[in-house]
Amino acid sequence: MSDPILTVRGLSVTFPDNNGGLEALDAASFAVRPQEFVCVLGPSGSGKSTLLRILAGLLAPTSGSFTFAGGVPRIGMVFQQSNLMPWRTALENITLPLELQGMEGNTARIKAQEMIELVGLQGFESNWPRDLSGGMAQRVAIARALVHDPDILLLDEPFGSLDALTRERMWSELSRIWQARRKTVLMVTHSIGEALFLADRVLVLTQRPGRIKLDLAVDLPRPRADEMRYTAHFGKLARKLKEAIE
Amino acid sequence: MFMDMKPPRKPSRLSRRALPWTAVVSLCAAILAWELVSRFSGLPAFILPAPERVAVRFWQALADGNLLLHTAVTLSEVLLGLLSGTVAAVALGYAIAKSRLFERLVAPYLVASQAIPIVAIAPLLVIWFGPGMFSKVLICALIVFFPVLVNTVVGVRAVPQPLHDLMRSLRATRGQIIRRLEVPAALPVLLGGLRIGATLSVIGAVVGELVGADQGLGFLVNTARGLYDTAMVFVAVLTLILLALALYGVVALMEKKLLSWQEVHE
Repeated sequence: MSDPILTVRGLSVTFPDNNGGLEALDAASFAVRPQEFVCVLGPSGSGKSTLLRILAGLLAPTSGSFTFAGGVPRIGMVFQQSNLMPWRTALENITLPLELQGMEGNTARIKAQEMIELVGLQGFESNWPRDLSGGMAQRVAIARALVHDPDILLLDEPFGSLDALTRERMWSELSRIWQARRKTVLMVTHSIGEALFLADRVLVLTQRPGRIKLDLAVDLPRPRADEMRYTAHFGKLARKLKEAIE
Repeated sequence: MFMDMKPPRKPSRLSRRALPWTAVVSLCAAILAWELVSRFSGLPAFILPAPERVAVRFWQALADGNLLLHTAVTLSEVLLGLLSGTVAAVALGYAIAKSRLFERLVAPYLVASQAIPIVAIAPLLVIWFGPGMFSKVLICALIVFFPVLVNTVVGVRAVPQPLHDLMRSLRATRGQIIRRLEVPAALPVLLGGLRIGATLSVIGAVVGELVGADQGLGFLVNTARGLYDTAMVFVAVLTLILLALALYGVVALMEKKLLSWQEVHE
Protein backbone atom coordinates (compact mmCIF):
# COMPACT_ATOMS: atom_id res chain seq x y z
CA MET A 1 0.00 0.00 0.00
CA SER A 2 1.35 3.41 -0.99
CA ASP A 3 2.49 6.06 1.46
CA PRO A 4 -0.11 8.63 2.49
CA ILE A 5 -0.22 11.90 0.60
CA LEU A 6 -1.80 13.63 3.60
CA THR A 7 -1.22 12.87 7.25
CA VAL A 8 -3.26 14.62 9.94
CA ARG A 9 -2.12 14.37 13.55
CA GLY A 10 -4.20 15.45 16.52
CA LEU A 11 -5.80 18.43 14.84
CA SER A 12 -7.86 20.55 17.26
CA VAL A 13 -9.54 23.90 16.83
CA THR A 14 -11.07 26.14 19.46
CA PHE A 15 -12.85 29.29 18.33
CA PRO A 16 -12.63 32.13 20.82
CA ASP A 17 -15.97 33.12 22.30
CA ASN A 18 -17.15 34.69 25.52
CA ASN A 19 -16.99 31.62 27.76
CA GLY A 20 -13.74 29.81 27.35
CA GLY A 21 -13.85 29.11 23.64
CA LEU A 22 -15.91 26.94 21.36
CA GLU A 23 -14.28 23.61 20.59
CA ALA A 24 -14.96 22.74 16.96
CA LEU A 25 -12.56 19.92 16.32
CA ASP A 26 -10.97 17.57 18.83
CA ALA A 27 -7.73 15.73 18.07
CA ALA A 28 -8.59 14.50 14.59
CA SER A 29 -6.01 12.07 13.21
CA PHE A 30 -6.13 10.22 9.91
CA ALA A 31 -4.21 9.68 6.69
CA VAL A 32 -5.21 9.85 3.05
CA ARG A 33 -3.45 7.82 0.37
CA PRO A 34 -2.86 9.08 -3.18
CA GLN A 35 -5.87 8.79 -5.48
CA GLU A 36 -8.12 7.90 -2.60
CA PHE A 37 -11.62 9.36 -2.36
CA VAL A 38 -12.31 10.04 1.31
CA CYS A 39 -15.56 11.45 2.64
CA VAL A 40 -15.84 13.14 6.00
CA LEU A 41 -19.35 12.58 7.25
CA GLY A 42 -20.89 14.29 10.22
CA PRO A 43 -23.85 16.26 11.52
CA SER A 44 -23.78 20.03 11.22
CA GLY A 45 -21.56 21.51 13.88
CA SER A 46 -19.15 18.58 13.83
CA GLY A 47 -16.35 20.77 12.55
CA LYS A 48 -16.05 19.07 9.19
CA SER A 49 -15.94 22.31 7.22
CA THR A 50 -13.45 23.61 9.76
CA LEU A 51 -11.24 20.62 9.03
CA LEU A 52 -11.32 21.39 5.32
CA ARG A 53 -10.57 25.07 5.88
CA ILE A 54 -7.50 24.15 7.92
CA LEU A 55 -6.21 21.84 5.20
CA ALA A 56 -6.81 24.56 2.59
CA GLY A 57 -4.70 26.95 4.65
CA LEU A 58 -7.61 29.27 5.39
CA LEU A 59 -7.53 28.66 9.13
CA ALA A 60 -4.79 27.85 11.61
CA PRO A 61 -5.36 24.90 13.98
CA THR A 62 -5.19 25.53 17.73
CA SER A 63 -3.06 22.43 18.10
CA GLY A 64 -1.95 19.44 16.08
CA SER A 65 -0.47 19.39 12.62
CA PHE A 66 -0.85 18.05 9.11
CA THR A 67 1.67 17.31 6.41
CA PHE A 68 1.36 16.82 2.69
CA ALA A 69 3.85 14.50 1.05
CA GLY A 70 6.03 16.63 -1.18
CA GLY A 71 5.68 19.90 0.73
CA VAL A 72 3.18 22.66 0.04
CA PRO A 73 0.39 21.14 -2.04
CA ARG A 74 -1.58 22.58 -4.90
CA ILE A 75 -5.17 22.74 -3.77
CA GLY A 76 -8.38 22.59 -5.72
CA MET A 77 -11.35 23.60 -3.63
CA VAL A 78 -15.08 23.45 -4.29
CA PHE A 79 -17.36 25.31 -1.92
CA GLN A 80 -20.99 24.89 -0.90
CA GLN A 81 -21.95 27.64 -3.30
CA SER A 82 -20.36 27.64 -6.73
CA ASN A 83 -18.47 30.77 -5.72
CA LEU A 84 -17.82 31.91 -9.28
CA MET A 85 -16.67 35.42 -10.10
CA PRO A 86 -19.75 37.04 -11.64
CA TRP A 87 -17.63 39.31 -13.85
CA ARG A 88 -15.94 36.36 -15.53
CA THR A 89 -17.49 34.03 -18.09
CA ALA A 90 -17.63 30.29 -17.37
CA LEU A 91 -14.37 29.77 -19.27
CA GLU A 92 -12.64 32.74 -17.62
CA ASN A 93 -13.61 31.40 -14.21
CA ILE A 94 -11.91 28.15 -15.05
CA THR A 95 -8.71 29.85 -16.24
CA LEU A 96 -8.34 31.75 -12.93
CA PRO A 97 -6.07 29.24 -11.12
CA LEU A 98 -3.85 29.07 -14.21
CA GLU A 99 -3.61 32.86 -14.42
CA LEU A 100 -2.57 32.98 -10.78
CA GLN A 101 0.25 30.58 -11.64
CA GLY A 102 1.32 32.95 -14.39
CA MET A 103 0.33 30.73 -17.30
CA GLU A 104 0.09 32.46 -20.66
CA GLY A 105 -3.48 33.29 -21.74
CA ASN A 106 -3.84 31.07 -24.79
CA THR A 107 -2.42 27.98 -23.13
CA ALA A 108 -4.69 28.59 -20.14
CA ARG A 109 -7.74 28.85 -22.38
CA ILE A 110 -6.89 25.60 -24.14
CA LYS A 111 -6.57 23.79 -20.79
CA ALA A 112 -9.81 25.34 -19.55
CA GLN A 113 -11.54 24.22 -22.73
CA GLU A 114 -10.49 20.63 -21.97
CA MET A 115 -12.10 21.02 -18.54
CA ILE A 116 -15.29 22.40 -20.11
CA GLU A 117 -15.47 19.20 -22.11
CA LEU A 118 -14.71 17.02 -19.08
CA VAL A 119 -17.63 18.49 -17.14
CA GLY A 120 -19.86 18.56 -20.23
CA LEU A 121 -20.46 22.28 -20.59
CA GLN A 122 -19.65 22.69 -24.29
CA GLY A 123 -21.52 25.68 -25.66
CA PHE A 124 -21.64 27.51 -22.34
CA GLU A 125 -18.02 28.76 -22.32
CA SER A 126 -18.90 32.42 -22.70
CA ASN A 127 -21.97 32.45 -20.45
CA TRP A 128 -21.98 34.72 -17.43
CA PRO A 129 -22.43 32.85 -14.12
CA ARG A 130 -25.84 34.52 -13.64
CA ASP A 131 -27.02 32.68 -16.77
CA LEU A 132 -25.99 29.24 -15.46
CA SER A 133 -28.23 26.90 -13.47
CA GLY A 134 -27.08 25.75 -10.03
CA GLY A 135 -25.85 22.41 -11.36
CA MET A 136 -24.00 24.02 -14.27
CA ALA A 137 -22.38 26.59 -12.00
CA GLN A 138 -21.17 23.81 -9.69
CA ARG A 139 -19.71 21.97 -12.72
CA VAL A 140 -17.77 25.11 -13.58
CA ALA A 141 -16.56 25.21 -9.97
CA ILE A 142 -15.39 21.59 -10.22
CA ALA A 143 -13.63 22.33 -13.51
CA ARG A 144 -11.93 25.33 -11.88
CA ALA A 145 -10.77 23.14 -8.99
CA LEU A 146 -9.26 20.58 -11.37
CA VAL A 147 -7.73 22.77 -14.08
CA HIS A 148 -4.39 23.44 -12.38
CA ASP A 149 -3.83 19.74 -11.72
CA PRO A 150 -4.03 19.97 -7.92
CA ASP A 151 -2.42 17.48 -5.56
CA ILE A 152 -5.63 17.21 -3.60
CA LEU A 153 -9.24 18.16 -4.18
CA LEU A 154 -11.09 19.56 -1.16
CA LEU A 155 -14.87 19.50 -1.57
CA ASP A 156 -16.96 21.27 1.04
CA GLU A 157 -20.52 19.94 0.66
CA PRO A 158 -20.33 20.82 -3.03
CA PHE A 159 -23.85 19.70 -3.84
CA GLY A 160 -25.56 20.99 -0.71
CA SER A 161 -27.26 23.84 -2.51
CA LEU A 162 -28.62 21.75 -5.38
CA ASP A 163 -32.04 20.14 -5.64
CA ALA A 164 -32.22 16.38 -5.00
CA LEU A 165 -32.41 15.28 -8.64
CA THR A 166 -29.55 17.50 -9.78
CA ARG A 167 -27.52 16.40 -6.78
CA GLU A 168 -27.82 12.71 -7.68
CA ARG A 169 -26.90 13.43 -11.28
CA MET A 170 -23.84 15.32 -10.00
CA TRP A 171 -22.79 12.27 -7.97
CA SER A 172 -22.49 10.22 -11.14
CA GLU A 173 -20.72 13.10 -12.85
CA LEU A 174 -18.20 13.50 -10.04
CA SER A 175 -17.68 9.74 -9.88
CA ARG A 176 -16.97 9.69 -13.63
CA ILE A 177 -14.62 12.70 -13.41
CA TRP A 178 -12.78 11.13 -10.50
CA GLN A 179 -12.35 7.88 -12.44
CA ALA A 180 -10.99 9.86 -15.38
CA ARG A 181 -8.60 12.05 -13.40
CA ARG A 182 -7.72 9.89 -10.41
CA LYS A 183 -7.28 12.77 -8.01
CA THR A 184 -6.96 12.46 -4.27
CA VAL A 185 -10.25 13.78 -2.91
CA LEU A 186 -11.32 14.80 0.55
CA MET A 187 -15.00 15.62 0.60
CA VAL A 188 -17.16 16.85 3.42
CA THR A 189 -20.83 15.93 3.46
CA HIS A 190 -23.72 15.24 5.78
CA SER A 191 -25.39 12.83 3.39
CA ILE A 192 -24.80 9.14 4.00
CA GLY A 193 -25.95 8.23 0.49
CA GLU A 194 -23.56 10.74 -1.04
CA ALA A 195 -20.62 9.45 1.02
CA LEU A 196 -21.29 5.80 0.16
CA PHE A 197 -21.90 6.47 -3.52
CA LEU A 198 -18.63 8.35 -3.97
CA ALA A 199 -16.05 7.37 -1.36
CA ASP A 200 -13.43 4.68 -0.89
CA ARG A 201 -13.44 5.48 2.80
CA VAL A 202 -15.78 7.36 5.09
CA LEU A 203 -14.67 9.11 8.26
CA VAL A 204 -17.48 9.81 10.68
CA LEU A 205 -17.18 12.85 12.91
CA THR A 206 -19.17 13.19 16.13
CA GLN A 207 -21.24 16.16 17.23
CA ARG A 208 -19.20 19.17 18.42
CA PRO A 209 -16.41 18.98 19.29
CA GLY A 210 -15.82 16.82 16.23
CA ARG A 211 -13.91 13.62 16.91
CA ILE A 212 -13.35 10.77 14.49
CA LYS A 213 -15.61 7.99 15.59
CA LEU A 214 -15.51 5.59 12.67
CA ASP A 215 -13.19 4.97 9.72
CA LEU A 216 -15.17 2.81 7.30
CA ALA A 217 -13.78 1.30 4.09
CA VAL A 218 -16.42 1.31 1.35
CA ASP A 219 -15.93 -1.92 -0.54
CA LEU A 220 -18.57 -1.32 -3.19
CA PRO A 221 -17.42 -2.13 -6.74
CA ARG A 222 -16.64 0.62 -9.22
CA PRO A 223 -17.85 2.10 -11.46
CA ARG A 224 -20.88 2.60 -9.27
CA ALA A 225 -24.25 2.82 -10.89
CA ASP A 226 -27.50 4.14 -9.54
CA GLU A 227 -28.92 0.66 -8.89
CA MET A 228 -26.09 -0.08 -6.48
CA ARG A 229 -27.78 2.21 -3.98
CA TYR A 230 -30.60 -0.29 -3.59
CA THR A 231 -28.41 -3.34 -2.85
CA ALA A 232 -28.34 -5.04 0.54
CA HIS A 233 -24.64 -4.33 1.05
CA PHE A 234 -25.14 -0.62 0.45
CA GLY A 235 -27.94 -0.70 3.02
CA LYS A 236 -25.72 -2.47 5.53
CA LEU A 237 -22.96 0.11 5.18
CA ALA A 238 -25.51 2.93 5.39
CA ARG A 239 -26.84 1.49 8.67
CA LYS A 240 -23.32 1.31 10.10
CA LEU A 241 -22.73 4.98 9.27
CA LYS A 242 -26.11 5.98 10.60
CA GLU A 243 -25.42 4.26 13.93
CA ALA A 244 -22.00 5.91 14.17
CA ILE A 245 -23.51 9.35 13.67
CA GLU A 246 -26.10 8.83 16.40
CA MET B 1 -18.75 55.26 10.64
CA PHE B 2 -18.39 53.10 7.57
CA MET B 3 -19.27 49.98 9.51
CA ASP B 4 -23.00 50.22 8.99
CA MET B 5 -22.76 51.02 5.31
CA LYS B 6 -24.37 48.35 3.23
CA PRO B 7 -23.63 48.16 -0.47
CA PRO B 8 -26.54 48.77 -2.79
CA ARG B 9 -27.74 45.58 -4.42
CA LYS B 10 -27.31 47.06 -7.86
CA PRO B 11 -26.45 50.56 -8.99
CA SER B 12 -29.30 52.37 -10.61
CA ARG B 13 -29.51 51.78 -14.30
CA LEU B 14 -31.81 54.72 -14.98
CA SER B 15 -29.16 56.53 -17.00
CA ARG B 16 -29.05 53.65 -19.46
CA ARG B 17 -32.57 54.21 -20.61
CA ALA B 18 -32.39 58.01 -20.78
CA LEU B 19 -32.80 60.16 -23.91
CA PRO B 20 -35.55 58.58 -25.94
CA TRP B 21 -37.60 60.81 -28.28
CA THR B 22 -39.64 62.08 -25.32
CA ALA B 23 -36.54 63.96 -24.12
CA VAL B 24 -36.29 65.74 -27.49
CA VAL B 25 -39.95 66.73 -27.34
CA SER B 26 -39.70 68.12 -23.81
CA LEU B 27 -36.54 70.03 -24.74
CA CYS B 28 -38.31 71.64 -27.69
CA ALA B 29 -41.26 72.50 -25.48
CA ALA B 30 -38.96 74.15 -22.92
CA ILE B 31 -37.27 76.28 -25.60
CA LEU B 32 -40.67 77.25 -26.98
CA ALA B 33 -41.85 78.31 -23.52
CA TRP B 34 -38.66 80.32 -23.03
CA GLU B 35 -39.26 82.02 -26.41
CA LEU B 36 -42.86 82.88 -25.51
CA VAL B 37 -41.98 84.25 -22.09
CA SER B 38 -39.14 86.39 -23.42
CA ARG B 39 -41.37 87.73 -26.22
CA PHE B 40 -44.59 88.49 -24.34
CA SER B 41 -43.47 89.24 -20.78
CA GLY B 42 -41.83 92.51 -21.77
CA LEU B 43 -38.70 91.65 -19.75
CA PRO B 44 -35.62 93.48 -21.10
CA ALA B 45 -32.94 91.40 -22.80
CA PHE B 46 -30.43 91.88 -19.97
CA ILE B 47 -32.86 90.07 -17.67
CA LEU B 48 -34.09 87.35 -20.03
CA PRO B 49 -32.54 87.17 -23.50
CA ALA B 50 -34.51 85.35 -26.19
CA PRO B 51 -33.27 81.91 -27.32
CA GLU B 52 -32.15 83.17 -30.74
CA ARG B 53 -30.13 85.93 -29.08
CA VAL B 54 -28.35 83.34 -26.96
CA ALA B 55 -27.78 81.20 -30.05
CA VAL B 56 -26.21 84.13 -31.91
CA ARG B 57 -24.00 84.94 -28.93
CA PHE B 58 -23.00 81.27 -28.78
CA TRP B 59 -21.82 81.30 -32.41
CA GLN B 60 -19.96 84.56 -31.87
CA ALA B 61 -18.13 83.25 -28.82
CA LEU B 62 -17.39 80.02 -30.63
CA ALA B 63 -16.10 81.81 -33.73
CA ASP B 64 -13.69 84.16 -31.89
CA GLY B 65 -12.25 81.20 -29.97
CA ASN B 66 -13.20 82.60 -26.57
CA LEU B 67 -15.69 79.93 -25.66
CA LEU B 68 -13.38 77.09 -26.59
CA LEU B 69 -10.51 78.58 -24.60
CA HIS B 70 -12.56 78.99 -21.41
CA THR B 71 -14.22 75.61 -21.84
CA ALA B 72 -10.82 73.99 -22.24
CA VAL B 73 -9.59 75.65 -19.03
CA THR B 74 -12.62 74.57 -17.03
CA LEU B 75 -12.52 71.08 -18.49
CA SER B 76 -8.85 70.65 -17.57
CA GLU B 77 -9.55 71.80 -14.01
CA VAL B 78 -12.50 69.42 -13.77
CA LEU B 79 -10.57 66.45 -15.13
CA LEU B 80 -7.41 67.07 -13.13
CA GLY B 81 -9.45 67.58 -9.97
CA LEU B 82 -11.52 64.47 -10.66
CA LEU B 83 -8.40 62.42 -11.31
CA SER B 84 -6.41 63.55 -8.27
CA GLY B 85 -9.45 63.46 -5.97
CA THR B 86 -10.35 59.96 -7.15
CA VAL B 87 -6.81 58.62 -6.83
CA ALA B 88 -6.47 59.97 -3.29
CA ALA B 89 -9.95 58.78 -2.29
CA VAL B 90 -9.48 55.27 -3.69
CA ALA B 91 -6.10 54.88 -1.95
CA LEU B 92 -7.38 56.12 1.39
CA GLY B 93 -10.70 54.29 1.01
CA TYR B 94 -8.89 51.02 0.36
CA ALA B 95 -6.77 51.48 3.47
CA ILE B 96 -9.88 52.24 5.53
CA ALA B 97 -11.71 49.22 4.14
CA LYS B 98 -8.83 46.90 4.97
CA SER B 99 -7.85 48.17 8.42
CA ARG B 100 -10.22 48.82 11.31
CA LEU B 101 -7.40 50.52 13.18
CA PHE B 102 -6.74 52.92 10.34
CA GLU B 103 -10.46 53.58 10.06
CA ARG B 104 -10.64 54.50 13.73
CA LEU B 105 -7.65 56.79 13.32
CA VAL B 106 -8.87 58.79 10.34
CA ALA B 107 -12.66 58.43 10.27
CA PRO B 108 -13.37 61.19 12.85
CA TYR B 109 -11.35 63.69 10.82
CA LEU B 110 -13.04 62.66 7.61
CA VAL B 111 -16.50 63.05 9.10
CA ALA B 112 -15.57 66.41 10.63
CA SER B 113 -14.11 67.57 7.32
CA GLN B 114 -17.49 66.98 5.74
CA ALA B 115 -18.93 69.66 8.00
CA ILE B 116 -16.74 72.22 6.22
CA PRO B 117 -18.63 73.63 3.26
CA ILE B 118 -16.06 73.58 0.46
CA VAL B 119 -17.89 76.45 -1.22
CA ALA B 120 -17.23 78.60 1.85
CA ILE B 121 -13.52 77.87 2.03
CA ALA B 122 -13.03 78.29 -1.71
CA PRO B 123 -12.02 81.97 -1.23
CA LEU B 124 -9.43 80.85 1.29
CA LEU B 125 -7.97 78.32 -1.13
CA VAL B 126 -7.80 80.97 -3.84
CA ILE B 127 -6.00 83.34 -1.44
CA TRP B 128 -3.54 80.62 -0.47
CA PHE B 129 -2.91 79.08 -3.87
CA GLY B 130 -3.53 81.99 -6.22
CA PRO B 131 -6.11 82.64 -8.94
CA GLY B 132 -4.54 80.16 -11.35
CA MET B 133 -5.66 76.64 -12.19
CA PHE B 134 -4.15 74.96 -9.16
CA SER B 135 -6.62 76.35 -6.62
CA LYS B 136 -9.53 75.17 -8.82
CA VAL B 137 -8.09 71.71 -9.26
CA LEU B 138 -7.76 71.53 -5.50
CA ILE B 139 -11.38 72.57 -4.93
CA CYS B 140 -12.57 69.97 -7.47
CA ALA B 141 -10.45 67.29 -5.83
CA LEU B 142 -11.81 68.13 -2.37
CA ILE B 143 -15.41 68.02 -3.56
CA VAL B 144 -14.91 64.74 -5.42
CA PHE B 145 -12.98 63.11 -2.60
CA PHE B 146 -15.67 62.14 -0.11
CA PRO B 147 -18.28 60.44 -2.30
CA VAL B 148 -15.59 58.43 -4.06
CA LEU B 149 -14.03 57.51 -0.71
CA VAL B 150 -17.32 56.27 0.73
CA ASN B 151 -18.04 54.22 -2.38
CA THR B 152 -14.56 52.73 -2.33
CA VAL B 153 -14.98 51.64 1.29
CA VAL B 154 -18.40 50.16 0.62
CA GLY B 155 -17.24 48.47 -2.58
CA VAL B 156 -14.13 46.88 -1.11
CA ARG B 157 -15.96 45.75 2.05
CA ALA B 158 -18.66 44.12 -0.06
CA VAL B 159 -16.25 41.69 -1.75
CA PRO B 160 -17.70 38.27 -0.77
CA GLN B 161 -15.64 36.39 1.83
CA PRO B 162 -15.95 33.05 -0.05
CA LEU B 163 -14.18 34.61 -3.03
CA HIS B 164 -11.38 35.73 -0.69
CA ASP B 165 -11.22 32.14 0.57
CA LEU B 166 -11.00 30.89 -3.00
CA MET B 167 -8.10 33.23 -3.80
CA ARG B 168 -6.29 32.22 -0.63
CA SER B 169 -6.78 28.50 -1.27
CA LEU B 170 -5.13 29.12 -4.65
CA ARG B 171 -2.35 30.98 -2.84
CA ALA B 172 -2.89 34.24 -4.70
CA THR B 173 -0.52 37.08 -3.88
CA ARG B 174 -1.65 40.41 -2.43
CA GLY B 175 -1.33 42.00 -5.88
CA GLN B 176 -3.31 39.22 -7.56
CA ILE B 177 -6.08 39.57 -5.00
CA ILE B 178 -6.32 43.31 -5.64
CA ARG B 179 -6.20 43.01 -9.39
CA ARG B 180 -8.30 39.93 -10.00
CA LEU B 181 -10.74 40.10 -7.11
CA GLU B 182 -11.07 43.41 -5.29
CA VAL B 183 -10.91 45.80 -8.24
CA PRO B 184 -13.46 43.99 -10.43
CA ALA B 185 -15.72 43.23 -7.47
CA ALA B 186 -15.72 46.82 -6.22
CA LEU B 187 -15.94 48.38 -9.67
CA PRO B 188 -19.75 48.78 -9.87
CA VAL B 189 -19.91 50.73 -6.62
CA LEU B 190 -16.73 52.62 -7.45
CA LEU B 191 -18.07 53.76 -10.81
CA GLY B 192 -21.26 54.88 -9.06
CA GLY B 193 -19.08 57.15 -6.92
CA LEU B 194 -17.24 58.40 -9.98
CA ARG B 195 -20.55 59.26 -11.63
CA ILE B 196 -21.46 61.49 -8.68
CA GLY B 197 -17.91 62.84 -8.52
CA ALA B 198 -17.88 63.84 -12.18
CA THR B 199 -20.83 66.22 -11.83
CA LEU B 200 -19.60 67.53 -8.47
CA SER B 201 -16.23 68.28 -10.01
CA VAL B 202 -17.85 70.68 -12.51
CA ILE B 203 -19.51 72.51 -9.62
CA GLY B 204 -16.17 72.72 -7.82
CA ALA B 205 -14.42 74.25 -10.80
CA VAL B 206 -17.12 76.88 -11.33
CA VAL B 207 -17.20 77.83 -7.67
CA GLY B 208 -13.44 78.32 -7.74
CA GLU B 209 -13.63 80.38 -10.89
CA LEU B 210 -16.42 82.56 -9.54
CA VAL B 211 -14.33 83.32 -6.47
CA GLY B 212 -11.31 84.45 -8.41
CA ALA B 213 -9.92 83.49 -11.77
CA ASP B 214 -8.77 84.97 -15.04
CA GLN B 215 -9.97 82.12 -17.25
CA GLY B 216 -12.67 79.49 -17.40
CA LEU B 217 -16.45 79.35 -17.79
CA GLY B 218 -17.07 80.62 -14.26
CA PHE B 219 -14.85 83.59 -15.05
CA LEU B 220 -16.86 84.08 -18.25
CA VAL B 221 -20.11 84.16 -16.25
CA ASN B 222 -18.62 86.75 -13.92
CA THR B 223 -17.31 89.12 -16.60
CA ALA B 224 -20.41 88.82 -18.78
CA ARG B 225 -22.56 89.63 -15.78
CA GLY B 226 -20.47 92.75 -15.12
CA LEU B 227 -21.13 93.89 -18.70
CA TYR B 228 -24.86 93.06 -18.51
CA ASP B 229 -24.18 90.64 -21.37
CA THR B 230 -26.82 88.25 -20.05
CA ALA B 231 -26.91 86.27 -23.29
CA MET B 232 -23.25 85.42 -22.69
CA VAL B 233 -24.07 84.30 -19.14
CA PHE B 234 -26.62 81.94 -20.66
CA VAL B 235 -24.04 80.68 -23.15
CA ALA B 236 -21.55 79.94 -20.35
CA VAL B 237 -24.16 78.25 -18.17
CA LEU B 238 -25.45 76.11 -21.04
CA THR B 239 -21.88 75.10 -21.89
CA LEU B 240 -21.39 74.06 -18.25
CA ILE B 241 -24.53 71.94 -18.41
CA LEU B 242 -23.28 70.27 -21.58
CA LEU B 243 -19.91 69.67 -19.93
CA ALA B 244 -21.47 68.01 -16.90
CA LEU B 245 -23.78 65.90 -19.07
CA ALA B 246 -20.87 64.81 -21.25
CA LEU B 247 -18.82 63.75 -18.22
CA TYR B 248 -21.78 61.88 -16.79
CA GLY B 249 -22.23 60.24 -20.17
CA VAL B 250 -18.61 59.15 -20.29
CA VAL B 251 -18.89 57.46 -16.90
CA ALA B 252 -22.21 55.86 -17.87
CA LEU B 253 -20.52 54.55 -21.02
CA MET B 254 -17.67 53.15 -18.95
CA GLU B 255 -20.21 51.37 -16.75
CA LYS B 256 -21.90 49.91 -19.80
CA LYS B 257 -18.57 48.67 -21.19
CA LEU B 258 -17.06 47.39 -17.96
CA LEU B 259 -20.14 46.04 -16.22
CA SER B 260 -21.85 44.18 -19.03
CA TRP B 261 -21.73 41.07 -16.83
CA GLN B 262 -24.35 42.49 -14.51
CA GLU B 263 -26.71 43.90 -17.12
CA VAL B 264 -30.25 42.97 -16.20
CA HIS B 265 -32.46 41.55 -18.91
CA GLU B 266 -35.86 43.18 -18.87
